[in-house]
Amino acid sequence: MSAVFEQIFQVGFLAAIIRIATPLAFATLGEMFSERAGVLNLGIEGIMLLSAMTGFTATSLSGSLWLGVLAAVLTGMLMGALHALFTVALGLSQHVCGIGVTLFSSGLAYFLYRLIFGQQSVPPSIKGFQTVPIPILSDIPVLGPAVFNQFALVYMAIIAIPLAAFVLYRTPWGLSVRMVGENPRAADSAGVSVIATRFQAVILGGALMGLAGAFLSMAQFNAFTFGVVSGRGWVAIALVVFGRWDPWRSAGAALLFAFVDALQLRMQASGLGHIPYETFLMLPFIFTIVAMAVMSRNAVAPSALLKPFRREER
Amino acid sequence: MFRLEVRTSTPAWFNLALPLLAIAATLVLCSGLIALAGAGVLESYGVMFTASLGDSYAITETLVRAAPMIFTGLAVAVAFRAKFWNIGAEGQLLAGAVASCFVGAIPMPGPLAMLLMAIAGAAAGAAVALVPATLRVRFKVDDVVSSLLLNSVIYYALMALIEGPWKDSFSGYPISPPIEDSANFPVLIEGTRLHLGVIVALIAAPLIWFLIVRTTLGFRIRVTGENPEAARYGGINVERVLISTALLSGALAGLAGVGEVGGVHFQVMSDISPGYGYSGIVVAMLARLNPLGVVPAAIFLAAVMTGAEAMSRATGVPAFLSDVIQGTALLAMLVALLFTAYRIRRVGASQ
Repeated sequence: MSAVFEQIFQVGFLAAIIRIATPLAFATLGEMFSERAGVLNLGIEGIMLLSAMTGFTATSLSGSLWLGVLAAVLTGMLMGALHALFTVALGLSQHVCGIGVTLFSSGLAYFLYRLIFGQQSVPPSIKGFQTVPIPILSDIPVLGPAVFNQFALVYMAIIAIPLAAFVLYRTPWGLSVRMVGENPRAADSAGVSVIATRFQAVILGGALMGLAGAFLSMAQFNAFTFGVVSGRGWVAIALVVFGRWDPWRSAGAALLFAFVDALQLRMQASGLGHIPYETFLMLPFIFTIVAMAVMSRNAVAPSALLKPFRREER
Repeated sequence: MFRLEVRTSTPAWFNLALPLLAIAATLVLCSGLIALAGAGVLESYGVMFTASLGDSYAITETLVRAAPMIFTGLAVAVAFRAKFWNIGAEGQLLAGAVASCFVGAIPMPGPLAMLLMAIAGAAAGAAVALVPATLRVRFKVDDVVSSLLLNSVIYYALMALIEGPWKDSFSGYPISPPIEDSANFPVLIEGTRLHLGVIVALIAAPLIWFLIVRTTLGFRIRVTGENPEAARYGGINVERVLISTALLSGALAGLAGVGEVGGVHFQVMSDISPGYGYSGIVVAMLARLNPLGVVPAAIFLAAVMTGAEAMSRATGVPAFLSDVIQGTALLAMLVALLFTAYRIRRVGASQ
């Protein structure tokens, strides 16, 4: 038992958890804002992929990492706006539009990537984000090097969690978001523009999804490959449910998932040779499904989730 | 200002015109990408058309590709009719492929093998679809999310099989052993790949149409989807209908996998489906969830896929254009559907 304990509390293992959790935390917070306003965004998988592509491409062409991040965030916002146009302005089925946005943006990501870089046997790569130790904090034993010697985007994710909680629970805009997600009629009567608030929340969500994509292609893999997102977007949707639509709980869910994923990676590496490694790759997904089954009993979704709002139809 | 106004009735010609309108809009929108790639728009679409529908061989190739999408399209159409949000046709297809490959590798008389492959594949697909349906009925787990996540689980399970126990020990390739030659679906036209499974798919569409429109189960599925409260009030066991729908939907998606193993690949590999499960959603929506409409919608998408490869070779436009066309077609069709329920009315500024 103590051997397992030692394994888990190794610096490398903790650092791996943080790195796996970072894109999930961004994506989960993004999906949470969208759903809190009443809009399920199944476009997330495609939005992350397209953002990973534009971020990588912008950096590759300009040499600037932050320009890449900006490109990824703008891509996320643009695709968020597209999803909002269909679901909020036109009131179309959120499920099907989301799938449409995912199909469209992943197709576009592959198409444009192939157009720009052509077909190469070795995929082009960039010099991605490097770790930046934070003075003093990074000297804390175990925790320091794992948490405070990370990529800048990791620190942004750590800051994004309390910031998201603050915005959602302590600002007038956050109140509007929660109102339009719970009771759009009441929000409308109180003078809150349901359409505008939902647009803003979905676009903000898209920006966060863009950051998630940027992390994958610019910090984790430093390249854009077809498997760069591989289901992380779908996982984020489950993590929102698991985190009961709360920023803190959602981030906690991302950490928990990252823990299972990191454990799975360790198990793959630990020489359980005769078991195909894909068996371990399944684990985080099975874990998420089981966790949802356990948590869904008392999970309460925003009441107006999936319900389009049309002012004239009172 | 414009505003949407509820229609009191939908003109009949809309049913045919809307998908065509959506497809036309899609082709116009995507021509921008062709131009961006520096190719001629008309020329590129011309190559796509010729390569997919231009001669009898091309047509058979397109039909072969349409077959799995007819099945997944039917699977999605049936599920969405009951508002069972089955986004898991991809995983159900893969499960069907694995199960049928398992059965097809057992030596036995050909017709028996094909029948058992179909049964095993349908059962495997149904079993996978049962998971999100049960989770929804029992634990109120969102079926969209669970069916989506299951796709990844099944994909990795398939990979574990072909990288593990099924791995070709001779070549070392991650592919399953082939099915018995006797279990290969018969080819209908010499010199083409048009196999028995394609005909089964074409027959399945009117059968499912009959089931949805003319049978009690179909009625229950429709009522459950349209108004679950009314369905319950009318004495329909909504939970049981959802489970039945899931079984039917999963079985159809599983059959898509059976056709790919028995008629096209004769074994299982990692890329046995280029996303036919997701294309099924596009097909079902283009068909407006009508099983009969699934056939032309699947043929359209198959033509785009077949044609895109030829276009890529001829003009250098990346073949991924076909993926963009799929996504755009889905979104365009959704907007088009809006016009069946609403009309756009110009309203005065004084309003």
